[in-house]
Amino acid sequence: MLKVTDLSKSFGGLKAVNQVSLNVSEGQIVSLIGPNGAGKTTMFAMVAGFIEPNSGTVMFDGNDITGQQPHRICDSGMVRTFQVTQPFAKLSTLENIMVGAYCRTGNRRQAEADARIVAKQVGMEDLLNKDADSLTVSGRKRLELARALATKPRLLLLDEVMAGLNPTEIDEIVAVIKGIRDSGVTIFLIEHVMKAVVNLSDYSYVLNDGVLIAQGTPTEIANDKAVIEAYLGHGAAELMQKRGNSNA
Amino acid sequence: MSSLQASHKLLLVIGLAVAIVFPLVINNNFYIDILTLILFSAFLGQSWNILGGYAGQFSFGGVVFFGTGAYASSILMETYSIDPWIGIFAAIFAGASMGALIGFISFRYGLKGSYFALITLAFAEFFRVIANSVEFTGGGAGIFIDHEPSLARLQFQDPSGYYYLALIMTVISLLVAWWLKRSRFGARLVAIRENEDAAKALGVNVFRCKMYAIIISGAMGGAAGTFYAQKFLYLDPPIAFGVDISVEMLLVTIVGGLGTVFGPLLGAFVLHGINELARHFLEAPGLSLMVYGAILVLIIGFLPNGLIGAFSRFGKKKKDNKDA
Repeated sequence: MLKVTDLSKSFGGLKAVNQVSLNVSEGQIVSLIGPNGAGKTTMFAMVAGFIEPNSGTVMFDGNDITGQQPHRICDSGMVRTFQVTQPFAKLSTLENIMVGAYCRTGNRRQAEADARIVAKQVGMEDLLNKDADSLTVSGRKRLELARALATKPRLLLLDEVMAGLNPTEIDEIVAVIKGIRDSGVTIFLIEHVMKAVVNLSDYSYVLNDGVLIAQGTPTEIANDKAVIEAYLGHGAAELMQKRGNSNA
Repeated sequence: MSSLQASHKLLLVIGLAVAIVFPLVINNNFYIDILTLILFSAFLGQSWNILGGYAGQFSFGGVVFFGTGAYASSILMETYSIDPWIGIFAAIFAGASMGALIGFISFRYGLKGSYFALITLAFAEFFRVIANSVEFTGGGAGIFIDHEPSLARLQFQDPSGYYYLALIMTVISLLVAWWLKRSRFGARLVAIRENEDAAKALGVNVFRCKMYAIIISGAMGGAAGTFYAQKFLYLDPPIAFGVDISVEMLLVTIVGGLGTVFGPLLGAFVLHGINELARHFLEAPGLSLMVYGAILVLIIGFLPNGLIGAFSRFGKKKKDNKDA
């Protein structure tokens, strides 16, 4: 469904993303993980049309969408959320979600009805009349999700929707995301909460310093030497192996 | 965004009825003139409000559309003898085109916030200098418009004629604002105001929406220009492209309530009202301006959401109390 080939982006001398290729197949939940500053969000921004890549291509449903405007990409069925939530602060939750719903209908009643359905799906039906800037962190994360979902995407890009949530809230949102996948939406997500990544992902990509260092199922990734070293430092993998052996 | 409550509807109908019969009952040209100015101000404010209040693109040169329209219809009339009832459509078209031009240049290159405010101001100044220097605008001497009352010329013997024209224009502007409140286009403008990136991500074509907003704003400004020229029968570059009207447009809107349907109307009433009262009761020259300025500071300092915002906050509190 989404096919990224050799995507690169430099900011000045820094290669934020370097020759990254990846695939997201229809119906899956695919995750993109990596330490802070690895280039994950830049990657998302390029895929969704917010940043133009220096080289490489982004194919969505077989169409080349590299460098297309975000609103056109959204029209064609791919939508992103933001890591730092970007609510329409002075609007109510309902009005926020309706902006997303208006992507598919020009009719106000229809948009409102669609928005209410989505709100229920993400568990915000009691917060509809609240101003977005009065929502809690968890509420704002859900709102990001709800607005994106209201555009009726086929591919949803979620940028750290669980950051800052407590364990209960994480469990709730994991269930919501699974529900979205089961309703037929493909999901590509960036996440730091490993429990959720393992729990959700069908397939994972690991990015470090702008380079793809590993890919596979979550279990494969968790045992990958390069991944462990990227997160914990050089030599950590061997150390863990030794400890593992002595424990056994 | 909720649908109008019955009490509000009633209030609107009463307000409109009073506005219609007012000149018949109060046969006093002084009051009719003041009300005409208030309505005219409200119309100008609404034109600014669509771009500044709804879409959040603060222009500091809103007068440029007004001036373009005023010159368009006045030149057509004085030089080509084309009646203003046709001229006003030319003015609307000219204002809209000016909107498209300024919008394209500013939005294409992503000018926002103070940069957009400054470029609109620069455009107004640019056209003021041009209008001062070329022949066909009458240069610095301006254009004197002959007073030959007739409907086709949009000129009237009786001040109530102008009053009704201003009333019709204001009602139309309110309908436009009301439509914005309820339409997809309006929701998108507000989304752009609140967060442009988020709007983009949700499928809003930001550039196109801003262009439509500035074109509508320009068209309304153009119509206001024709009205002004026909009422005051004189036009020169400082009036048409000076900073006074730019300030008035944004002032009535900000005082009344940005991005609200009735904000500009309420703001126009309050500001002109204060102005007239201060002038009436305070004899010492200049004192009225000081009082006017002080009240302005108070309103802007203490009511950041304008008068409408203050009312609705009060309403909300009352509702919350009831719920509790």
